[in-house]
Amino acid sequence: MPGKKVIFYIFLLVVLIFIGNSIYTINETEQVVITQFGDPIDNAIKKDAGLYLKAPFIWEIHRFEKRFQKWDGYPNQIPTKDKKYIWVDTTARWRIMDPLKFLKSVGNEQNALGRLDDIIDSTTRDLVSRNLLIDVVRSTNRLTTLESSEEDVHQEEFRETITFGQKAILEQILASAKKLALQYGIELLDVRIKRINYIEQVLVKVYERMISERKRIAEQYRSEGQGKKAEISGLKEKDLRKIRSVAYKTAQEIIGKADAEATRVYAEAYNKDPEFYAFVKSLETYSQTVKSNNVLIMSTESDYYKYLKNIKAR
Amino acid sequence: MARYNTYDLTESFKNFKVGKYLTVIWVIIAFIILISCMYQIGPGEAGIIQRFGKHVRTTHAGLHLKLPAGIEKLTKVNIEHVFKEEFGYRTRKAGVVTEYEDKKYQEESLMLTGDLNCAEVEWIVQFKIAEPEKYLFKVRRPETTLRDLSEAVTRQVIGDRTVTEVLTVGREEIANQIQLQLQELINLYEVGIKVITVKLQDVNPPDPVKPAFNEVNEAKQEKERSINQAWEDYNKVVPRAEGEAQQIIAEAEGYEQERVNRALGEAKRFSSVLEEYRKAPEVTKQRLYLETLNEIIPQVKQIYVIDPAQKSVIPFIPLPKTSETQ
Repeated sequence: MPGKKVIFYIFLLVVLIFIGNSIYTINETEQVVITQFGDPIDNAIKKDAGLYLKAPFIWEIHRFEKRFQKWDGYPNQIPTKDKKYIWVDTTARWRIMDPLKFLKSVGNEQNALGRLDDIIDSTTRDLVSRNLLIDVVRSTNRLTTLESSEEDVHQEEFRETITFGQKAILEQILASAKKLALQYGIELLDVRIKRINYIEQVLVKVYERMISERKRIAEQYRSEGQGKKAEISGLKEKDLRKIRSVAYKTAQEIIGKADAEATRVYAEAYNKDPEFYAFVKSLETYSQTVKSNNVLIMSTESDYYKYLKNIKAR
Repeated sequence: MARYNTYDLTESFKNFKVGKYLTVIWVIIAFIILISCMYQIGPGEAGIIQRFGKHVRTTHAGLHLKLPAGIEKLTKVNIEHVFKEEFGYRTRKAGVVTEYEDKKYQEESLMLTGDLNCAEVEWIVQFKIAEPEKYLFKVRRPETTLRDLSEAVTRQVIGDRTVTEVLTVGREEIANQIQLQLQELINLYEVGIKVITVKLQDVNPPDPVKPAFNEVNEAKQEKERSINQAWEDYNKVVPRAEGEAQQIIAEAEGYEQERVNRALGEAKRFSSVLEEYRKAPEVTKQRLYLETLNEIIPQVKQIYVIDPAQKSVIPFIPLPKTSETQ
């Protein structure tokens, strides 16, 4: 009895292993390649998730990632066409398009990343060094149409138009890298410049330039301030002189008019009897001008003293 | 498998000693299987069910049933929560006074502007998982993807702006542009994320350049101050001069009034006197003459009366010196 039982259990185990080895699942995130003794079977690639049957033991299942994966470039020091040294850090997204080709040519992700390094780094290097720095930095010609604000002091290349721009350069990188990646069964979705910067030595120079630019702007503000101040000061003088002279002019006009009017009035009145006016005015003048302490010499022929000499004056 | 279970159960009943324990174990296993058939999805969550690895359905808040573990697998994804990614800085502890890491993440924040200057830009991206299926099955490590894309897009947008725009006027527009382009890329990559907002945080010139930027601000202030001072000087004198001008004119007008009125008065007076004079010219003349002399004579210090006939009698008259000095 016990021997029979052991045999039964062994048999059961074998059956279980057999069943377990004749089914397999594929996750949503996976795709598989099936090989038989190392050779891929017909329709070896399965991309749809689910439960599947297989020939036990003789079929081997190779699982590969189906999702987009990250490739991160090693930050590269590249001189641009205008001999400016920059760091360019690229990143890309790729996925295994043809797992069979992938299995044959690279085998695993580690190797694949190495191949992508070769492909993308070299195309990036090629295209960056073939373009001007502004082409790598800018994507559009927006800046050339921008009205420059008072705070912008720019180098000569500011107004230069870009021929390609970052977007176009990336598209070129992608196009040529994509072709090369296909031979490994890899689909490149996109290549992006994640970071781009001057190298350390250049950075110091750039900072110096930025500082001098800012100082220039600061000086401009200061002198603008002084200029404006002088302008206002001049305006002040001008306004003062204008106000004062206009007032003087108006006052003189009024006074002149008054004098003229007075003269007319006097003349009109006195013209009625000039002789009498002379007489009255003279008398008035005498009484005003003759003061005490004055010495007066008068003739006995004067109207006043004529009677002193002779009672019958006439 | 089911057959195997039944068989084992009958076996365990036969072996009474081990059988009791086996029964308990089987009950426990059955219970666990039953439990794994039920699951609860909280509010704001989505439950992704995969049967043998294949995505079969997505369930939302509530209590649900599924096939036991090993056949159907549940993954819960929070689809309402707003996640945040920080760039150029890190929050150490959020709170009333949020603490930030002292370390600078310059490699993230330092970037080139379109006019080939540098700026340090710190920003955040807030997002939520809009399509959990894509989020789980389309891209490996979606967060890293989002970070990479965000950096790439930000640099691209900043690369089309001047340093002045980046530091001052363009902030909001830049953030909007980043959000727009980032969402486009995310859709292309099928990450399943929805960007809620992109906000620029601290945007600064690099440290060595900062003093120079501050100097510009100071100079700007200085300019304003100079102008204000000049206007102050202007305002001190010009309105006053205007008032004084009015005064001069008013005084002239006063003079006019006085002069004309006086003339009119005097003319009237003369006319009146003349009228009466004409009635008796000789007598009036005489009277006026004598009246005047009557007024004058008493004031005079000395008076010499000379007869022109006696010329020799007037040898000399000592003119008083006093009158000269007075």
